[in-house]
Order: sequence, then C-alpha cells, then structure tokens
Amino acid sequence: MSKKVVVLGEAREGALRNVSFEAIAAAKKISGGGEVVGVLLGDAVQSLAEEMIHYGADRVVTVEHPHLKLYTSDAFSQAFMAVYEQEKPEAIVFGHTALGKDLSPKIASKLASGLISDVTAIEGEGDAAVFIRPIFSGKAFEKVKNKDGLLFITVRPNNIAPLEHDAGRTGGVAALAVDVTNLRTIISEVIRKSTEGVDLSEAKVVVAGGRGVKSAEGFEPLQELATLLGGAIGASRGACDADYCDYSLQIGQTGKVVTPDLYIAAGISGAIQHMAGMSNSKVIVAINKDSEANIFKVADYGIVGDLFEVIPMMIEEIKKIKTN
Amino acid sequence: MNIYVLVKRTFDTEEKITVSNGKISEDGAEFIINPYDEYAIEEAIQVRDANDGEVTVITIGGEDAEKQLRTALAMGADKAVLIDTEDDLDEMDEFTSAKIIAEYLKDKEVDLILAGNVAIDGGSGQVGPRVAELLGINYVTTITNLEINGTSVKIIRDVEGDSETIETSLPLLVTAQQGLNEPRYPSLPGIMKAKKKPLEKLELDDLDLEEDDVEAKTQTIEIYLPPQKAAGRILEGEVANQVIELVNLLKNEAKVI
Ligand SMILES: Cc1cc2nc3c(=O)[nH]c(=O)nc-3n(C[C@H](O)[C@H](O)[C@H](O)COP(=O)(O)OP(=O)(O)OC[C@H]3O[C@@H](n4cnc5c(N)ncnc54)[C@H](O)[C@@H]3O)c2cc1C
Ligand SMILES: Cc1cc2nc3c(=O)[nH]c(=O)nc-3n(C[C@H](O)[C@H](O)[C@H](O)COP(=O)(O)OP(=O)(O)OC[C@H]3O[C@@H](n4cnc5c(N)ncnc54)[C@H](O)[C@@H]3O)c2cc1C
Repeated sequence: MSKKVVVLGEAREGALRNVSFEAIAAAKKISGGGEVVGVLLGDAVQSLAEEMIHYGADRVVTVEHPHLKLYTSDAFSQAFMAVYEQEKPEAIVFGHTALGKDLSPKIASKLASGLISDVTAIEGEGDAAVFIRPIFSGKAFEKVKNKDGLLFITVRPNNIAPLEHDAGRTGGVAALAVDVTNLRTIISEVIRKSTEGVDLSEAKVVVAGGRGVKSAEGFEPLQELATLLGGAIGASRGACDADYCDYSLQIGQTGKVVTPDLYIAAGISGAIQHMAGMSNSKVIVAINKDSEANIFKVADYGIVGDLFEVIPMMIEEIKKIKTN
Repeated sequence: MNIYVLVKRTFDTEEKITVSNGKISEDGAEFIINPYDEYAIEEAIQVRDANDGEVTVITIGGEDAEKQLRTALAMGADKAVLIDTEDDLDEMDEFTSAKIIAEYLKDKEVDLILAGNVAIDGGSGQVGPRVAELLGINYVTTITNLEINGTSVKIIRDVEGDSETIETSLPLLVTAQQGLNEPRYPSLPGIMKAKKKPLEKLELDDLDLEEDDVEAKTQTIEIYLPPQKAAGRILEGEVANQVIELVNLLKNEAKVI
C-alpha cells in the first residue's frame, strides 16, 4: 500500500540543509508511490518551499511564526502537530540532526508511535521497507521494521543519496496558521562556535586532529586543509581533553559519529572509542609518526610521518591541482 | 529537591562487539554505566549538595544491572530502583523503556530528572525526551551547564557545536552532554556505604502495567557486524613524494577531492 509521508525540512543560515533533501529521498522510498509532503517551520521559510519540491516533495506546508525563529521543542511540536492533524500522514521523516533528535521523541511520544532513529539505509519500499541503523556507535548494525501504526524515522546526514534536483518540478505550497503559545523555554543567547560554515556531521570531508597536534595553534594547518577541501575539522578526545579544541569537535563513541567521503586523521592513535565514530567513513587517510598506530588498520591510505611536515605539503599539493 | 537519574547499563567502550545467534554476544564482556549517564549522576549529586534533597537512580535492566546501580550509590546517589523486566518482556524498544520509566515516576513529586543524551549501545537518544513528554514536563537536551536558583533554571546546551543559553524552570528533564562536569570515582567509604543504601526492585506488576501496555512498536529483525575493511596502503618513499602520491590517489583513485 502506498503511504502519505510528511518530511520536516530544516534550514540553517537561510538555506535548507542537505539532510532535508536526503530525508525527501527516504520519504519517497517508503511512500511506495504515495504523496510526499514537505513541512517547513520557521519565521521566514516560505521561500525555501520550492527547493523541497525540486528535490522530490509533491507539495509543501509551511508554518511561519515569530516564535519559530529559534528552535524550541514546545514551539516546534505545536507547529508540527498542527500540520500532522491537517495531513494525517502514515509516515514521518526527520533528519537526525540536533533539532531532529530533540523533537522526534516528543512527537513520537505524543502520537504513541515507534521511532526508528538514526537510519543510514533503507531496504525495500513501501510497506516492506526495512531500516538499517548503527548500534554500539557503528560497531554493529541492526535492521529494524515498524510493527504497525505510524512509521516514524530520522535519517543520519550523509548516508541516503538525495534525488536529482529538478528545477522544473512544481507543486503546491500552502501556509498553515498556527498559534504558538505557552513556551516553557526562552533562548537568551546563541553563541556560534562553529566558525567555518560546514557542519561536522554533514561535512563531506573531515580533517581530524589528535593529541599529536600538540596545541590549539597546531590545529591551524588542519583548519586550512579542511577549508581548502570544503570540509570541517574534528578531533579525538585526546585533543579535546588537552584543551586543544572544543568538545563539540570530538568524534567517537562519546562524541559525534561521522561518515564523510574523506576522513583525514592526523596525530590520532586510533583508540577503539575514536574508531567507533569514524570507521564507516568512505575513505580514510591516516597520518601518524608511529607506524604501529592502530589507526592504520582502518586507513585506506597511510603516511608514516610528522603531521607538521605532511599537512602543509598536502595543502600546497592540493592548491596546485586546484589551480590546474 | 527530588532528583531522579535515568541510568543504563552498557558495554564498556573498550569492548569489541561480536554477534552470535543473531544477538550481540555478552560473553565475558565488561559492563559500565553509560558514560553520559555518569555525567547525569555527577550533576545530580552536585545539585543535591547545593540545594538539599535526594538523588534516586533508576534503571530498567536485568539482575546484573544492580552492579551499575551500586556504583551510582557509591558515587553518592541516595537510593536506587531496579525495574526488572526480564521475566515479563522478550522485546523492548524506546517506547517500552520510556513508558515503564514514566509509569514509575508519574506519582512522584519530581523536581529534576537527569538522563544521558544517548546510550552508546542503542544509540537512539529517545528515552529522555519521551519520558518528559509522558510526564508532561519540559526538557532540554545535550546540556553542558546547569544552574538552579529556586525553581528557575539556566542552562547552556550544545547544539552541533554552537552553544545556546536557555532559561526555564522546574520541574524539568535534562540530558547530559560531554563537558557537563567531571564525574567522580566512587571512594572506598562511598563503596562501603553504598552496600547499605536502599535498592528497590520492581517488576511490571508492581507498576500496574500489563505487557500489552508497553508492547514495542518496532522490531529488530537482524543484527550484524559491518564488513571488515581490507588493509589499506601505507605509502613509501620520500615524504614529499608520498604526499604527491596521496593527493593523486585521493583525486584519481578514490575520487574524493
Ligand atoms: C568511556 C570512554 C569514552 C571515550 N570516548 C572517546 C571518543 O568519543 N572519541 C575519542 O577520540 N576518544 C575517546 N576516548 C578516549 C580514547 O580511549 C583515547 O584515549 C583517545 O582517542 C586518544 O586520543 P589521541 O589518539 O588523540 O591520543 P593518543 O592516543 O595519545 O595518540 C596520539 C597519536 O599522535 C601521534 N603523533 C604524535 N606526534 C605526532 C606528529 N608530530 N605527527 C604525526 N603523529 C603524531 C602518536 O604517534 C600517537 O599515535 C574514550 C575513552 C573512554 C574511557
Ligand atoms: C532488559 C532489556 C531488554 C531489552 N530487549 C530488547 C529487545 O528485545 N529488542 C531491542 O531492540 N532492544 C532491546 N533492548 C534495548 C532497549 O529497547 C533500548 O536500549 C532502550 O529502549 C533504550 O534505547 P537506547 O538504548 O537508544 O537509549 P537512549 O534513548 O539513547 O538513552 C538515552 C538515555 O535514556 C536513559 N535510558 C535509556 N535506557 C534506559 C534504561 N534501560 N534504564 C534507565 N534509563 C535508560 C539513560 O539516561 C540514557 O542515557 C533491551 C534493553 C533492556 C535494558
């Protein structure tokens, strides 16, 4: 049977995040030919609706309200539930982002539904769809299916390929008025620490440093390399514990789990807890002084050497091929 | 102040994971308190010490989870509750866990609940917010700082690297992110005292729950290990040449730059 699927789109700095397009692709798959309805919640999101349609949504419902400018679970759940009541979908897809992780369990709880979080792949279509998700931080995987009732999933960024962008696709965009009230939280300040624009969990390239980077300044060449490749920097807990960088950059079992196309590990030994967070990256490069370092066991390409020598050379070499 | 901490027993992060008979093998594995729950316990103890009150740690698990509860008591929690579902339930999911925990908490006078933001095994991050919603209280996830003044609460939370300052009030559920605090190790006197602290054991019956009330909404049909990666290539020769080769490989073989 075909399903009507609602997909929550998410904007960051005025543009839709890639994960929203990936979520539409996931929705298409589980819809089994049913309708895919995009949802946008914010203070000014109308202009983003077309883009969801270009990526495969059949139509889009927007809710605009000043209280939706910044995410709070109260405001967003009220707005989303109003859309839910109007659309009565058979399935819901969110991105497994900070927002999606925070909001989805609340919605699932309100709807007394299951929730399959952090899906990295979908097998089968429509009612037969089975969802693959990492457990034990990627040390193992499980296949999960919904029993019956509403199907609700969140998809991990960077894992499900978006559909081809088609600027010719058209669909309806309708605004829904929702009264957002009784907010129990006030956000009094937001400090953006992620200075470079690329979000670590969505980055196609991650350049990560460990204790071998030796200081906060030591991260500068890594940042330069990351910027050059349009990627983000990450770190081991060793580097975070030593105060070379913020904990928000930590990758691993108690940090972020990333699956970029390219992961460059510099001065990281490759502890099991670190590898849990990055071993499913598509291509791994390790740079380490110690040829016995564990990280070489998961690396596709390894250079045994001093990162302070290797990274600047890489920057030069990549600049060369970029200008050619 | 009435403080509750949700604690899950998980595999030690050092453990390699193996699968046998379609299940994660527990043979010989070491178990710990989910690392994020350690931050939650530490924070609860600090809040109690600053405000008075009582810290109760709760876990759903089998008999073996008593060990993790005793560790929490040794760190300084006052009471523990073990909700043992082993005899009643074959299958559980996040809906099940949250429903059971909320059922236990619903008639308690809860001021503050602390949980981990995610369990490093199941990894869904659902249980905290689900419990809050079932109890009808507010929640804030992935917090790195907590200040309580009477019933007003000021929180800093980590949002994908950015930090948000949030003002809210009790009753409240928060989930701990790394950086919240430095969890203490249980002291020897703490371990001795923990043996005498109350540890209540409950089953579904005691909570007036039927199996049907908590029946899982999702079903795991297979568990498997990721494919082993073939050994990679360690480049050789002059470092400068290795770098040229590496960039060439990334561009032309792996096609990632
Ligand atoms: C409960 C728990 C959870 C944990 N969670 C995480 C987690 O989420 N993420 C995580 O990363 N860790 C985690 N850890 C910590 C983990 O066990 C390791 O301690 C940590 O990953 C080590 O960081 P590192 O590789 O940077 O440091 P080290 O192990 O000290 O390695 C430094 C490496 O740098 C190399 N090096 C030094 N100088 C240079 C140079 N000039 N050029 C090239 N190489 C150089 C050295 O050869 C060495 O291999 C956790 C631990 C526990 C107990
Ligand atoms: C005895 C037992 C039997 C199980 N049987 C099955 C099964 O048959 N099939 C299956 O798929 N899964 C099973 N599970 C796994 C279980 O469904 C999930 O682990 C659980 O729903 C929590 O999800 P999570 O691990 O993603 O936790 P998350 O939602 O990521 O955890 C976040 C936080 O919630 C709290 N929390 C989570 N779990 C517990 C808990 N058990 N007790 C107290 N606090 C908790 C902690 O503070 C934790 O940091 C079982 C778990 C237990 C304990």
